[in-house]
Amino acid sequence: MLELDWNIVIKNLPLLWKGMVLSLKLFAIALVGGIFFGTLLAMARLSSWWILRKPSQWLVDAIRAIPFIMAIFWFYFLTPKIVGAFTGEQGEAIGPFWSAVIAFILVESAYFSEIIRAGIQSIPRGQPWAAYALGMNYWQAMGNVVLPQAFRNMLPIMLTQAIILFQDTSLVYVVGLKDFLGAASTAGQISGRVVELYLFVALVYLVICFSLSRVVKRLQERMDVGRT
Amino acid sequence: MVMIDIKGVSKWYGEKQVLVDCTTTVAKGEVVVVCGPSGSGKSTLIKTVNGLEPFQKGEIIVDGLSVGGKDTDLAKLRSRVGMVFQNFELFPHMSVTKNLCIAQEKVLGRTADEAHDKGLKLLDRVGLIEHKDKYPAQLSGGQQQRVAIARALSMDPIAMLFDEPTSALDPEMINEVLDVMVELAHEGMTMMCVTHEMGFARKVADRVIFMEKGGTILEDCSKDEFFNTPRKPRTQDFLSKILAH
Amino acid sequence: MDWLNFAFFLEKAPSGGMTYLGWLASGVLWTLIVSICAWVIAFSLGAVLGVMRTTPIKWLSVPATIYVDIFRNIPLLVQMFLWYFVMPELIPTAMGDWLKQTYPYLLTLPFAQFSLWEFTAAVICLGLYTASRVAEQVRSGIQSLPRGQTNAGLAMGFTLPQVYRHVLLPMAFRLIIPPMTSEFLTIFKNSSTALVIGVLELTAQARQINEYTFQTFPTFIVATAVYIVITMTVIFCMRLLEKRVAVPGYVSQGGH
Repeated sequence: MLELDWNIVIKNLPLLWKGMVLSLKLFAIALVGGIFFGTLLAMARLSSWWILRKPSQWLVDAIRAIPFIMAIFWFYFLTPKIVGAFTGEQGEAIGPFWSAVIAFILVESAYFSEIIRAGIQSIPRGQPWAAYALGMNYWQAMGNVVLPQAFRNMLPIMLTQAIILFQDTSLVYVVGLKDFLGAASTAGQISGRVVELYLFVALVYLVICFSLSRVVKRLQERMDVGRT
Repeated sequence: MVMIDIKGVSKWYGEKQVLVDCTTTVAKGEVVVVCGPSGSGKSTLIKTVNGLEPFQKGEIIVDGLSVGGKDTDLAKLRSRVGMVFQNFELFPHMSVTKNLCIAQEKVLGRTADEAHDKGLKLLDRVGLIEHKDKYPAQLSGGQQQRVAIARALSMDPIAMLFDEPTSALDPEMINEVLDVMVELAHEGMTMMCVTHEMGFARKVADRVIFMEKGGTILEDCSKDEFFNTPRKPRTQDFLSKILAH
Repeated sequence: MDWLNFAFFLEKAPSGGMTYLGWLASGVLWTLIVSICAWVIAFSLGAVLGVMRTTPIKWLSVPATIYVDIFRNIPLLVQMFLWYFVMPELIPTAMGDWLKQTYPYLLTLPFAQFSLWEFTAAVICLGLYTASRVAEQVRSGIQSLPRGQTNAGLAMGFTLPQVYRHVLLPMAFRLIIPPMTSEFLTIFKNSSTALVIGVLELTAQARQINEYTFQTFPTFIVATAVYIVITMTVIFCMRLLEKRVAVPGYVSQGGH
């Protein structure tokens, strides 16, 4: 059995911190982008126009059917080719970070759109009716009446999805990005010891995600009380 | 002058026809009560007037504008016709005052001050000024419906549509809402009301429309004629049932 | 359009004595094997943990809750590393060495360019991780049953285990077929994370083919299509199952 030597973690803390910053950056961009485009996708899926409803449904179903890593690979390998087709230059294009950002926004949009769609559908039909009866147009009714209520109802589920998203950011390891996990892996390769580093990474994720999930649970309980 | 002109309106949900060739009018200042058994399409009919329910055949003209017309600005038309719903449909995430102001600001483009003044004046009128900072869920059903009426009035409507405004209320709250409606009628508001409150109809209605299962208008006559000498046996039957108690 | 040329799939691949299509097919095969093995662990352990969480007995419900909290709150990829790299170092040295040196060659996996230990670590990791998700589904399935059901069972003279056996579980398992379907699909998709420890499942094979041939579009289109087709097939089969076991007239009260 291996003697654990935590000095190796302490020595690499600056590197790990840089990795965590990258993880958090990706998380924040993907969260905002995912909710924004997810909202639009949800509205398209509930549209009365076939041309909006069907393709958006196909897109969401397809994204949800493939592994997250697959989506990351798609953009990692393809964006250089697509950009290359326009500029004539192969290679770097937009780099692994931004290709990962695109993949994350796309995948998260699909997942958030399902949550937001359920949220919109949970609002009684009379609410948009009342908004329309007051002369509001579609965007005013959505923005002032339907979405604020939908988001409020869906807050716990959206936060849970955000926690999952935070964990999923570690998947960018597969394209060699130095996120929190990637940084630990690099440090491990340099020093030849991975055990303490991976245990530390697991512990940090556990503490962050567990505390956040407790907050969500508290929130959920408070909302359940408020409803009855 | 005809304010609402419904001409031969038919509507289908898929295969099922829910409105059959409905024709009637509401003149300016007139109070028209629509009644009939459940499933007769009266709620659907009143929702076609401001385009909440689309219809496939016929035409509806409100103050000279065709509701189903391609060039009609439906939002603008709706902003001029107030509507009160069975389940109040106050916006639960906004305070009472915000409920009264939001459409004035966003739709009519009034300033926050104008909207606030107007809203509070109407809230005072329905006797709820002390509840201005509460949220809808903190009010009783009757109070919520009075706020909803004030909200509709805040848009300075040329006509008001009421879709069973008292049927979701506990009995002891019905009168506070009806009182507000009677007052409105006496002030000369053009009103189209789907309701079972025959007392209200007797008191203020000019005309009564009776609809029958399947979405047809069976009777469309003056109040006196409706209550005293109904022509159709089905109407007599309905009246005897509803007035039995 | 040369970037939509699928003919190269029939060329001989550099290793394994197969064509590129063969690589892809072995990827599909191993994705399915890993998923199904992990699913057996996830479902049996998850069901037990889920039931434990609903019991009023503290020494059953608390460990189950802790298990779920731990396994749900560490990223799957990190767990993959913990099983593969870290676990062998934390057990007695002799056992760790056996795992790393002898165990991988106990059995040569067909069509595989990876060892038994890599496969086992991936299955354990996916199985134990998904068990925590299954446990949550089972728990909420049981808790969504009307409370009166337990009381009615006890009133008839059933013991608590009998109430679970005859009243709660038969109903709960019908209710959770749809979530279980999506959990299987989750395992199926998550099995791609096994590529980080060298298991050449479908996504890994797609990446490998791309690296050898640079046929990015056709390779990923085919791999993506395979995922979508299998997903649709599973959904279709589960709908059939759902109809077969449906209790006549019983509609679960979803939503609020």
